[in-house]
Amino acid sequence: MTTPEARAADATRAPTSRGSSRVPFFLGAPSVVVAGITLLPIAYLLVRTAEAGASRVAEIVLRERTVLLIGRSVLLAALVTSLSIAIGVGLAFLATRTDLPGRRVLAGLAPLPLAIPSYVAAFAWISAVPELAGLAGSVLVLTLCCYPYVYLPVLAALRRADPGVEEVARSLGRSPSQVFREVTLRQVRPAAAAGGLLVALYTLSDFGAVSILRYDVFTRVIYTAYRSSFDRSTAAVLSLILVLLTVAISVGESRVRRRDIARVGAGVSRAVQPVRLGGLRFPLGGAAGVVLALALVFPIGSLLWWFLNGLSAGIDGVHLAESVAATAWLALLGAVACTLGAVPVGILAARHRGSFTTVVEQITYAGHALPGIVVALALVFLGVRVVPWVYQEAPLLVLAYVVLFVPTAVGAVRSSVAQSSVRGEEVARSLGATPTDVLRRVTLPLAAPGIGAGSALVLLTCMKELPATLLLRPTGTDTLATSLWTETGVGAYGAAAPYGLALVVLAVLPTIWLMRLTDRERGTPR
Amino acid sequence: MKSVRRALAVSAAALLTLTMTACGEDGGGEEPLSDDALVIYSGRNENLVGPLLEKLEDETGIDVQVRYAGSSELAAQLLEEGEGTKADLFFSQDAGALGALAKADRLDTLPEATLAEVQDGFADPNGHWVATSARARVIAYDPAQAPEVTEMTTVDAVLDPKYKGKIGFAPTNASFQSFVTALRLTKGEDGAKEWLEKFAANEPKAYDNNILVLDAVDSGQVALGLINHYYWYERVAEKGADAVKAKIHFLDSDDPGALVNVAGAGILAGSPQKEAAVKAVDFLLSEEGQRYFADETAEYPVVQGITSTKHDLVPLAELERSSVDLNSLDSLEQTLALLDEVGLT
Repeated sequence: MTTPEARAADATRAPTSRGSSRVPFFLGAPSVVVAGITLLPIAYLLVRTAEAGASRVAEIVLRERTVLLIGRSVLLAALVTSLSIAIGVGLAFLATRTDLPGRRVLAGLAPLPLAIPSYVAAFAWISAVPELAGLAGSVLVLTLCCYPYVYLPVLAALRRADPGVEEVARSLGRSPSQVFREVTLRQVRPAAAAGGLLVALYTLSDFGAVSILRYDVFTRVIYTAYRSSFDRSTAAVLSLILVLLTVAISVGESRVRRRDIARVGAGVSRAVQPVRLGGLRFPLGGAAGVVLALALVFPIGSLLWWFLNGLSAGIDGVHLAESVAATAWLALLGAVACTLGAVPVGILAARHRGSFTTVVEQITYAGHALPGIVVALALVFLGVRVVPWVYQEAPLLVLAYVVLFVPTAVGAVRSSVAQSSVRGEEVARSLGATPTDVLRRVTLPLAAPGIGAGSALVLLTCMKELPATLLLRPTGTDTLATSLWTETGVGAYGAAAPYGLALVVLAVLPTIWLMRLTDRERGTPR
Repeated sequence: MKSVRRALAVSAAALLTLTMTACGEDGGGEEPLSDDALVIYSGRNENLVGPLLEKLEDETGIDVQVRYAGSSELAAQLLEEGEGTKADLFFSQDAGALGALAKADRLDTLPEATLAEVQDGFADPNGHWVATSARARVIAYDPAQAPEVTEMTTVDAVLDPKYKGKIGFAPTNASFQSFVTALRLTKGEDGAKEWLEKFAANEPKAYDNNILVLDAVDSGQVALGLINHYYWYERVAEKGADAVKAKIHFLDSDDPGALVNVAGAGILAGSPQKEAAVKAVDFLLSEEGQRYFADETAEYPVVQGITSTKHDLVPLAELERSSVDLNSLDSLEQTLALLDEVGLT
C-alpha cells in the first residue's frame, strides 16, 4: 500500500468495519438461523463419518485415488473459474463500457446460458464431438454454463459504479487500457470474486456434466460410493473433504474481497462516456459472438433438432404444462426462501465485519460444493426423524434449495450492499431513523438490483436442480428437470427435448426481469 | 428508484403469500403419501414400468403411489429413511441395490409361494428379493463388416487387433460396469486388468449409452458393440427387422460377456401394507406382468413358460446362467478404479 494510486483507493474505501462490534439483533438472529440450516448436512456427514471410525477414515483419505481425484477436481475448478472470470468480466465490460455495436443485444443474451442445465449442454457437445470426453470437454462445457455467474454481478457492479473515478483517471492521462486495469477492474473485483467463488463451488459440486463427459472427479467417487457398496461412511468422509476444500476456497475469496471498494459521498450512476474500440471492435465483437454461439446457439440448436426429430411421437401437452407449473412453483419458493435468508447474512457481511460475521458467512458457503445427492440424503435422514409431516413435501425440498443455493444470493446481496455508500445510512441514522428504518428505506432500496440479481440466479438454479428434487419432491410431482431425466433415461431424446426447451424458456423469464430492473434503475434520476 | 422499490415490494408480498399458501397446502395440491396406499419406490424408469404399475392398480384394486428415481439413489434413500420410511415395496433396476437393502436388514422375507414362481437362481437365496425380469449382455455387430461374430464364444475375441477402432461401448453404463465386475470375478484382478488394457489398446469408441452404441453399429461406424440384448429387440420392433442392419450374438453362457443381470423387487421390513405388497409382487410375476416385460421392454421373463408375443427372444433357459453370482456384483468401486486406471472411463 505505498503507491499513490493505492493510497487514493484506500481513501475512497468506506470504513466498512465501522460498527462491527455491534451486530444488530435483527440481522444477527436470522443470520444464525440461516447458518444453522446450512450446517444440517455437515452435521449429518459428521455423524456418518464418526460411525466409520478413525482408521477407516484415514484409509479412505490416504488412498492414492482420493488424492488423485482431489487434484483433478481442483484443476478443473481452477481452469473453469479463471476462464469464467475472463469471459464474464470481458463480456460485461464490452456490454456496458464500450461502443461495441449490438452491445445491448449482447447484454441481454450473455446471461442466458444460465438457463441451460450443464447436463443438457454436456450431452449436446458429446453427441456432436465425441472426442471432447475428458478434461477439455468438461472445462469447455462448465465454463460456457458458468461464466454468467461472474458476468451478472460484474455487469451490475459496472452499471452502479461511479464513472467519476474512471473519468478522473482518464483526465490525469491514463490510457483506456490503464483505466480498465487500474480503476475498472478494481471496482468490479468484489463482484468478480463473488461470482468466481460460485463458479468454483458449482464446478466442484457438478456431477451431470462430468459424468456425461466422463472426467473422473471427486463428485463421481462420492456418487460411486453410494452406487456401489451403498457405503455411506465413505461417501460422508469424501464429502467432508469437499467441505474443507470449499472452506479453503471461500476463505481465499474473502481475502481478495477484503479490499472492497465502496462509494464515498453521493456517488452517481449515470451514462458513461463509452470507450471507443476502434479497430478492435471486430475481433472483440467476434469473440463475444463466438462465446454466445457456443454457449447458447449450439445447445439450443441441438435441443431444437431433437425436438423436431421427436415431434412424430407427439408431445404430452398436459404433462408438459404440469411440469412447467411445478418447476415454476418450486423454484419460486426456493428463490424467495433463499433471498429472505440471504438478505441478513449479506448485509452483515458487507456492513458489520468481524469474527462473528466471518464465521456465519463462511458457514453458509460450506455446504455449497456438496453434490445435490449428499444434501438430499442428509435431509432425508433428518426429515424422516425430525419433521416427518413435511417429508417429501414442498417445504423440505425448499429447505434443500436453501442449503444448496443460499450462497448464490448471499454473494449478490453482499456485493451490492458493499458497493453502495455507507454515508447515506449514516445520514439517515443521524436524522433519527431507527436501524430497521435505515435498512428498509436506504440499504435495501440501494441494493435492490443486486438482490434482484441474486433472486433471479437462485430461481434459475432451482429450476435446473435434479438430484435433491428427485428424492425430496412431493410424490407424483414432476418438474421439467425430473421429466427430462425420465425421458433421457430410456434414451428418448426427442421426447425429452420439449422439457429441455421449456426449461430454457422458463429460465429466461427471470433473466429478462432482472435486466429490466437494472435498466430502469439506471434511467431514473435520483 | 421509487418504481424499483414498489416493484420489489409488490413482488416480495406476492411471493410471500405464495410461500404461505404452499406450506398450508401440502405442496401444491399433490396428494401426500398415504398410509392406506401401497407406496412403491421405483428405480425402474416411469416410461418403462409406469403402464404396468397402472395395470397393477386396475387389476388388484390396490391404491398405488409410485416415486421414481435412480435405483441406487433410492436404495441410499431407503437406508437413510430406516424404519421411518413410507415405502412398502422397492422395485429395482438391478440386484445390487436390493442386495444392499437386504444386507442392512431392511427387506422382509417373501412368501415361499412367491419365491417358487421364478426359475431357479432368480430369487435371493435368503428370500429377501425376487427377480422380475432379466437382461443379457450381447455383442451387436454389423454383418457386412464382421460376419465372423456368429462364431464367437468368448468376449476375449473382441481383443483381436483386426477390430482396432471398430468397437463401440458405453463406459458409464451400469450393465457394462457389471460386465467388468464379472470379468474381475472370473479372471481375477490381474487377468481383468490385462483384458482391459488390451481392450483399451484396441481403441474402442466410447458412447454415452447403449442406444448410441447400437446406432453406431447399425450405421456401420463401428463393427461391434457391447450392449444389452433388449436394445436390439426394441429397435427391431420399432423399425422392422429389415430396416435394422445390426445383428446380435450371444456368447457362451459361462463367459462374462454373456452376463445375465436382473431387475427385481423386495418388500420393506415393517411395512404395514405387506399383504398388498405381496399381491403386487405376485402381479409382477403373473402371466400378465411377465408378458409385459417380454413384450414391452423386450426383457426376459423369469417365470418358466412365458414367451413374448412380439419379440423372438432366445429362451432364458438356453442362455443358462453365467457362472457369476449376482450378489457378488457389488464391488463396483474397484471396478471403476480399474477402469480409471486403464483409461476407459
